[in-house]
Amino acid sequence: MAMQILPPDWPGNYWAHWGIFTVIILVFVLLSVLAFIWFERRAMAIMQARLGPNRAGPFGLFQSAADALKVMIKEDIVPSRADKLVHWLAPVVAFVPVMMVFAVVPFQGGALLADLNVGVLYIVAISSVTVVGVFMGGWASNNKYSLLGAMRQIAAVVSYEIPVVLSLVGVIILTGSLSLQQIVQAQDIPFILVQPLGFLIFFIGALAEINRAPFDLMEADSELVAGYFIEYSGMKFGLFFLAEYAEALVVSALVTTLFLGGWRGPLLPDWLWFLVKVGAVFFVIVWIRTTVPRVRIDQLMALAWKFLFPLALINLLVTAVEILVWPELSLWVLVPINFAVMIILVLLWSKLFKLGWGRVDV
Amino acid sequence: MFERYGIGIIKGLSVTIRHLFRIPITTQYPERKLNPSRRTRGNELIWNQERCTGCGTCAKTCPQGSINIVTSVKVEENKYKVEKFEVDMGYCIFCGLCVEACPYDALFLGYAYERARYRRGELVLDKEGLLETDERKPSGYFHPEVAAELPKQSLLVDRDKGRRA
Repeated sequence: MAMQILPPDWPGNYWAHWGIFTVIILVFVLLSVLAFIWFERRAMAIMQARLGPNRAGPFGLFQSAADALKVMIKEDIVPSRADKLVHWLAPVVAFVPVMMVFAVVPFQGGALLADLNVGVLYIVAISSVTVVGVFMGGWASNNKYSLLGAMRQIAAVVSYEIPVVLSLVGVIILTGSLSLQQIVQAQDIPFILVQPLGFLIFFIGALAEINRAPFDLMEADSELVAGYFIEYSGMKFGLFFLAEYAEALVVSALVTTLFLGGWRGPLLPDWLWFLVKVGAVFFVIVWIRTTVPRVRIDQLMALAWKFLFPLALINLLVTAVEILVWPELSLWVLVPINFAVMIILVLLWSKLFKLGWGRVDV
Repeated sequence: MFERYGIGIIKGLSVTIRHLFRIPITTQYPERKLNPSRRTRGNELIWNQERCTGCGTCAKTCPQGSINIVTSVKVEENKYKVEKFEVDMGYCIFCGLCVEACPYDALFLGYAYERARYRRGELVLDKEGLLETDERKPSGYFHPEVAAELPKQSLLVDRDKGRRA
């Protein structure tokens, strides 16, 4: 297992490394998005006793490629009263940051574009830019539904950013580093065991940030028609769609890297472990989507501010105290303690969790 | 007591994961076909030339007026000769009144259901087109003796178990 702290000089000088990994990331993101769309449709269909796309190619594998082609040759319609420049720019602004996140995600030991020593901070900063693109799209479309969807999404993303980032700090305290490479190397036991509450908060918050079900009310078909990209068609719509699934890919990769031990695992090659874990996390996202009904906007906000935010703060405090008081202690000792803390806190806060001073059903 | 602590979500998740191993409801249509009801009113009429006497009851009873029958008299046999028997299936509403009205059991509704056409003109069936063939079987509508010989309707409840199609 390659365990260098710094990325090795392979495959040569700086520019070769830059070029090769840029190509790898582009190919990886595009292929995974196509694969994810197919996987989600198949998995959801099977869970609903349907078959899903199975005509184009073996097991319908080429279905998303066919859809991508279709999207590319569709007419690109711009509303006559739209803000043309912003309307054109929005999908790009939404998509590019998602791509940039993968610059610091290690595919295996040393195999990453840039081993930033502020990797987590970089991800938090870059991934927030996406919402600007979303709001640009919602605003420039000159459509009340798209604006409403974009406003909801901004409200959700701004609210959920706080618990998500706070839950990340727990991991950073344990590792003492912001570099994702070093976070993976520090995980002799996966941090999901050491930081169960942090994982829970991060996962729920991330689902809300990338507006996956059950937090997909920003693009609820039944009430907002489609949300912010209602006026988009053709390749621009394709880019928004791509960004959405790439975000799911980002969340899967981040959960893998931060909580599931990244590329590390026995027997299989490192990069394969990474892909397997990303796929497994994405399956859980799809599984949740088939199961849980959509939440209301007040439930969404209350969950962020009344439930996840205080728990993230307490989790941060508990982790910090544990590391300060017993810095030499094995992480295995922390596992039962943190699980107990999580169960007690979740039970307690569920009891306290109310909407509208208890007058509204949760 | 633990009703509100996420137990419901876990129950739901276990339900969906169990559905992964269920047989799908979907039938792969062109490859696998289900048997329709034995008394189905499939989209065509079937005419028995031997039994038809040319009385024209079907044409009189048709609420759409889509049956066009022209007969001539065969004096030596004291019978009608059916010169023309044309049904415009485009107007047919599959009410089955002609089948019920026919005094000689010479008309049947069809059992097949894949009889869509590309042109309106192809929907007008003449004497040859109305005859019974292998693809154009009569259904058991109003004719229990025909229904008894047709295969049983395939129901989703007794699909072959344990196989993912």
